[in-house]
Amino acid sequence: MASNNSIKKTLIVAFSLCVICSVVVSSAAVVLKPKQLQNQALDRKSNILQVTELYKPGDDVEEKYAELITPRVVNLETGEYSDDLDPNTYDQFDAARDPATSRTLSGDDDIAGIGRQEKFSTVYLVGDPDDPDQIVMPIRGQGLWGLMEGFLSVRGDGNTIVGLSYYDQSETPGLGGEVDNPRWKAKWDGKKIYEDGDYQDPQIQLVKGGASGEYEVDALSGASLTSRGVTNMLRFWLSNEGYAPYLARFHDDSQGGA
Amino acid sequence: MATDSVKDVVLSPVFKNNPIALQVLGICSALAVTNSMSVSLVMGLAVIAVTAFSSMFVSLIRNHIPSSIRIIVQMTIIASLVIVVDQVLRAYAYDMSKQLSVFVGLIITNCIVMGRAEAYAMQNGPVMSFLDGVGNGLGYAVILLIVGFVRELLGSGSVFGLTILPTVQNGGWYVPNGLMLLPPSAFFVIGLLIWVLRTLNPEQVEKTEYRIVANSKAKIKETANV
Repeated sequence: MASNNSIKKTLIVAFSLCVICSVVVSSAAVVLKPKQLQNQALDRKSNILQVTELYKPGDDVEEKYAELITPRVVNLETGEYSDDLDPNTYDQFDAARDPATSRTLSGDDDIAGIGRQEKFSTVYLVGDPDDPDQIVMPIRGQGLWGLMEGFLSVRGDGNTIVGLSYYDQSETPGLGGEVDNPRWKAKWDGKKIYEDGDYQDPQIQLVKGGASGEYEVDALSGASLTSRGVTNMLRFWLSNEGYAPYLARFHDDSQGGA
Repeated sequence: MATDSVKDVVLSPVFKNNPIALQVLGICSALAVTNSMSVSLVMGLAVIAVTAFSSMFVSLIRNHIPSSIRIIVQMTIIASLVIVVDQVLRAYAYDMSKQLSVFVGLIITNCIVMGRAEAYAMQNGPVMSFLDGVGNGLGYAVILLIVGFVRELLGSGSVFGLTILPTVQNGGWYVPNGLMLLPPSAFFVIGLLIWVLRTLNPEQVEKTEYRIVANSKAKIKETANV
């Protein structure tokens, strides 16, 4: 056994073990990669479908998504669609990290607490892309314990909410974690965002103890900070910093059309 | 060396010599992943796989491991296996791996895995080591499932996601115990479990190492008077 402890043997064992283990690990990663990417894409699609409330359990996600959803990339500053970026490959989370494709938010502007915001965002249009039934927008912001990421869906008028759903959050289970509760999520349906076409100032908010009116939703009981986070996140993403210029177009369109 | 019977090696860690309940190892992951049964089950399976295969591979090369780097060798094997398990979960059980998130990776730091490699696999053949790993993984999984059952039932009113006690939030009568959804409750449940197991098997109770002597009251009184 003494030979085991010689420097030569030690180096040989260490080296060959490293080689074997790295081959095993990297081949597992490479072989399983396509399957994992497929899962991620599927997960994202099923989240988008769920917030539109058109998805029923048992539906085929891919099929339904292809049938209903058209992704487009929106320039958040102007509210125009961008044709330069391919919505199927554009990743706004990567963009938000890259100084060239994002901007720094500071102090009072950054009520959602996200630090950096991308200049372009993907939106998902339900139905006819030129006159959508619903518009699904990704939103994110700080909750109590961490970043909450989700989708907000509004009707074709750009003002009536269909649903709000978080696919990633780490709020306290049973309190803030109730943002996932279907009964609470159902309260969003039909709520309005802007009053009298005033796109500067979104009115939607969570209120404690009995929401009344179409701009208010019940706050989560026992989760003031999560509720504040949700309000701030909506206020931010629906303001001029976020989707307001884009949503304003639907207001003008509908008036012109009618 | 092959004096242990297969049955003993697999079954004794489940209740008699349980890695969590008796040796009190691997507690941290048990706190984090036991708020629902299905997550506990997947975590238990992952640990069984890692413990079994790491013990087997360590045992296979045990006669060639230089003692000076044996811990590193074991860790490398365990870490590689954990990454493979994590990748497989991400590919075939995506929802689960999202819920388990970082805790699959943290199997590396689970003392049970390394403990078995060092204590058993370094001295025994690959087949027995594999079985020993399965046994200890099972012991871990059983405790996880028991804790998960209690926490999910009292915290969410369900078992494996099926509603048993309809909760108030969903229009039922059961007011869920929010503490049960938070990690500290796993401490209480595991503590109670250890109590039960040691009451049933009194030989598990450790010998008292010292006796607490009554306070020497008289002396304190004296100094207080001065």
